[in-house]
Amino acid sequence: MSVQSISQPQAAASSAKASEARFALENRLTGWQIGIAMAALSLGIFLGIVQGLEHAGLNLYTYLQPAFKSYYQGLTIHGVLNALVWTTFFITGFFTTAITRSLDMPISKPWLARLGFGLMVVGLLMTAYPLFANLATVLYTFYPPLQAHWTFYLGLTLIVVGSWVAGYAFFFTYAAWRKENKGVTTPFIAQASLITMAMWQIATLGVAVEILAMLLPWSLGLLPGTDALLGRTLFWYTGHSLVYFWLLPAYVSWYGMVPKQAGGKLFSENLARLVFWLFLLLSTPVGFHHQYTDPGIPQGWKMLHGLFTFGVAFPSLITAFTVAASLESGGRARGGKGWFGWIKKLPWDNPSFTAQNFAMILFAFGGISGVTNASYSLNLAVHNTTWIPGHFHLTVGSATTLSFFGIAYWLVPKLSGRGLFSRKAALAQAWTWLFGMIFFSNGMHMLGLHFGAPRRTMLGAAPYRDAAWNPMLMESVLGVLILTVSAFLFFYVIIGTVLAGKKLKEPVEMPVAESMDTSPTPAWLDTWRGWVYGAVALVILAYGPMLYVLFNEMQLIPLPPGLRVW
Amino acid sequence: MHVDKYEQAWIRISIFVLVIFIIAVLTASVSAGIQVPGVEGRVDPNLITTPGASPWAEPSVRELAPGKYEAYVLAQIWAFRPGEIRIPAGSEITFYVTSKDVQHGFKIMETNINMMVLPGQVSKLKTTFDKPGTYNIVCHEYCGIGHHTMYGKIIVEEVATEAAASE
Ligand code: HEM
Ligand SMILES: [Cu+2]
Ligand SMILES: [Cu+2]
Repeated sequence: MSVQSISQPQAAASSAKASEARFALENRLTGWQIGIAMAALSLGIFLGIVQGLEHAGLNLYTYLQPAFKSYYQGLTIHGVLNALVWTTFFITGFFTTAITRSLDMPISKPWLARLGFGLMVVGLLMTAYPLFANLATVLYTFYPPLQAHWTFYLGLTLIVVGSWVAGYAFFFTYAAWRKENKGVTTPFIAQASLITMAMWQIATLGVAVEILAMLLPWSLGLLPGTDALLGRTLFWYTGHSLVYFWLLPAYVSWYGMVPKQAGGKLFSENLARLVFWLFLLLSTPVGFHHQYTDPGIPQGWKMLHGLFTFGVAFPSLITAFTVAASLESGGRARGGKGWFGWIKKLPWDNPSFTAQNFAMILFAFGGISGVTNASYSLNLAVHNTTWIPGHFHLTVGSATTLSFFGIAYWLVPKLSGRGLFSRKAALAQAWTWLFGMIFFSNGMHMLGLHFGAPRRTMLGAAPYRDAAWNPMLMESVLGVLILTVSAFLFFYVIIGTVLAGKKLKEPVEMPVAESMDTSPTPAWLDTWRGWVYGAVALVILAYGPMLYVLFNEMQLIPLPPGLRVW
Repeated sequence: MHVDKYEQAWIRISIFVLVIFIIAVLTASVSAGIQVPGVEGRVDPNLITTPGASPWAEPSVRELAPGKYEAYVLAQIWAFRPGEIRIPAGSEITFYVTSKDVQHGFKIMETNINMMVLPGQVSKLKTTFDKPGTYNIVCHEYCGIGHHTMYGKIIVEEVATEAAASE
C-alpha cells in the first residue's frame, strides 16, 4: 500500500510527460502560431501608440521615415497586424492545443495541420510585402476602388484559406474521435472551438468572393473595374462574423477554463453549448448593421439586420450570467462569504485569471457601446467617429486581446516547459491594460459622441480640429501611455519566460473546468446537421435577395487612370 | 435540459430588455422620423462631371421653394464641391451626394446627417438648420493621404426679418 502511495504522484508526472510527447506536433504548431501572432502584435501595438500620440499633436512619423511613410500606412499595418494577423494566428494556435487536449487525441491528419500553417505563413509574408512597400495603404478594410498591389489580396486570401485548412484538420480529428467514442458527449472545450471554426468557414465566404471574384482579378488587370457597394456588402458579410471569430475563443476560455482557474465549476455547461450554437446561427446575418449609412441598400434590409443584431446580443447576455455564476462558485469554494465576499477570494494573484477577468469587465462596457452602434437610429450619431475605435478597443482590443494574454500566461509556460518569468510583472500588465484601456476608450468614445471627430483620420493635422477636443484627446493619450507600459510588460514576461523562465519539473496542464450541472447533455446540443443547415438558411434569407440585386446591378467602374491616392 | 431557476429568470429579463430595445428603435425610426440613406439609383462616376450630364456637373445648392433647398454635392479627393453652402436659418435642405473617385464620408457636425459616399451611388438625407452658425462637413472615411484635409462648410445665416423682429 505504502509503496503505491509513494509511486502514484510519480506515475502521474511521468504520464503527464508521456502525454506531452504524444502531442509534440500540436505543441510545436501552437508555439509557432502564437509566436508569430505575438511578433505581429508587437509591431501593431507600436504603431497604435504612434497613432495615439499623433492625435495629441506629436507626429512621430517624421522620425520613422523611410520605414513608415505616413500615418495611413501605419494605420493600415496596425489594423492588418492586430485585427487580422494577431487574432487569426493566435486563435488557430490556441485551438490546436484546446481541441486536441480536450478530446485527448492528437491531430489525425498532421499533414493537413502543417499545410494550413504553411499557407498562413506564406500568406502573411505575401501580405507584408505590399504593406511595408507602401503599395497597399488601403486600411484593413481595403474598400474598393482603393486599389492595393495584388500580393496584398492574394496574401490575405492565403491566410484565410490556411485557417480553413487548419479547421479541416480539426474537423477530421473530431470525426476520428467520434468513431472511437460513439455515444460519448463531446467535451465542451472541443465542441465550442469546433463550432467557432465552423462559423468561420461560413463567415469568410463573403470576403473570399469579394477578393477572388472582384479585387484580385481587378488588381491584376483582368477586370476593368469594381463596384464599391458590392465590395462593402461582401466585406461586411464577413466583417461582422469576424468579430465573433475574435470573441468566441475568449468565450471558450471564459466558460471552459477560467472557472477551473478560479477554483470553481462551469455553472451550466449545456446552456454554454446552446450559446455557441446560437452564435453559429446568428453571427452572419447581421452584417448590414455596418452599412446603416450606406446608400443603395433599402432601409428595410438595414432594419432587419438591426433586429437580428439584438438577437445575437442574447447569447452574450447568457454568457455574462453563466460566467459570473461560475466564478462565484470558485470564490465560494475558496471560502468567500456573503453577497460580494466571494469576489475578494478569487485568485487575483494569478495573472492568467486576473487578465481574463479584466477582459470580461472591459467587454461589459464594450457590449454597452456596441448596442448603441447597433441601434439603427443611434448609429447616425456615432458612425465613423472616434466612438467606433473607442468601442472596438474594448472588444477585440481587450475582451479578445487581454484574454489571449491571460491564456498565454499558462500556455507559454506549458509549451516552453518554463515557469512564468515574473508573476508580478504579468499582474501589473493586466492592471495597466485595464486602466489604460478605460482612459483610452473613454476619451475616444466621448470625442466621437460629443464632437463627431472622425475616425481613421490624422487628427493632429486636421484643419477642422477644435480646441474643445483637447481634454478628450488628452484623456485618450493618457490611456495610450499606460497601454504602452502594459504592452512592454507583456512582451517582457513572454520573452523572459521563453528565455529565462525556471525549468518546470512537470508540464503545465490545460485548465479544464468541470460542469456543475451533472444532468446529461441532450442529444440536440451535440449534433451538427440541423444547426449548420439553420445557419446556412439564415444567411441565404438575410443576404440572398440583396446580393442577387447587387450582382445584377453590378457596375464595374474603372479607376481614373493613374489614380493612387496615397 | 436542466436550467437553474436564477438563470431562467435572467434569460427572461434578457429577452424582455432586448424586446424593449427593438421596440424603442422601431418607434424612433417610425415616429421620430429618424432616417438613414436608402436606394436612390445608380450613376456613372466617370460621366457625371461631363457638362450637362448630371446635376453634379455643376454641383450647387438650389432653392426649390422659400425655405426649401436641395444641394447636389460632389465628393472627390480631397474636397467637397461646393465647398461652402449658404442657407438662411430655418431652411430645410436635402443633400444628394456622390463620389467621383474613391469612397468618402459625409458628416455634418452637430446634426444627424451622417452617410457614406460611394462612387456609383447617391446618398440622400435631409435636415433642417434652425440655429445660425457655421457647420463643418467632414469626410469621415479614409480616402487617401489628404483625407484629414477634406472638409466643407455650411453657413446658416440669420434671417433679416427674424433679426429685426427680435430687436
Ligand atoms: C495597446 C495599444 C493600442 C493603441 C495605443 C491603439 C491605438 C489606436 C488608435 C489611436 C486607433 C485609431 C486610429 C484612427 O482611427 O485614425 C486605432 C485603430 C485601430 N486599432 Fe488600435 N490600438 C492599440 C491596440 C490595438 C489592438 C490590441 C487591436 C486589436 C487586436 C487594435 C485594433 C485596431 C483596429 C482594427 C483599428 C482600426 C483601424 C482602421 O480604422 O482601419 N488596436 N488603434
Ligand atoms: Cu458588427
Ligand atoms: Cu476622406
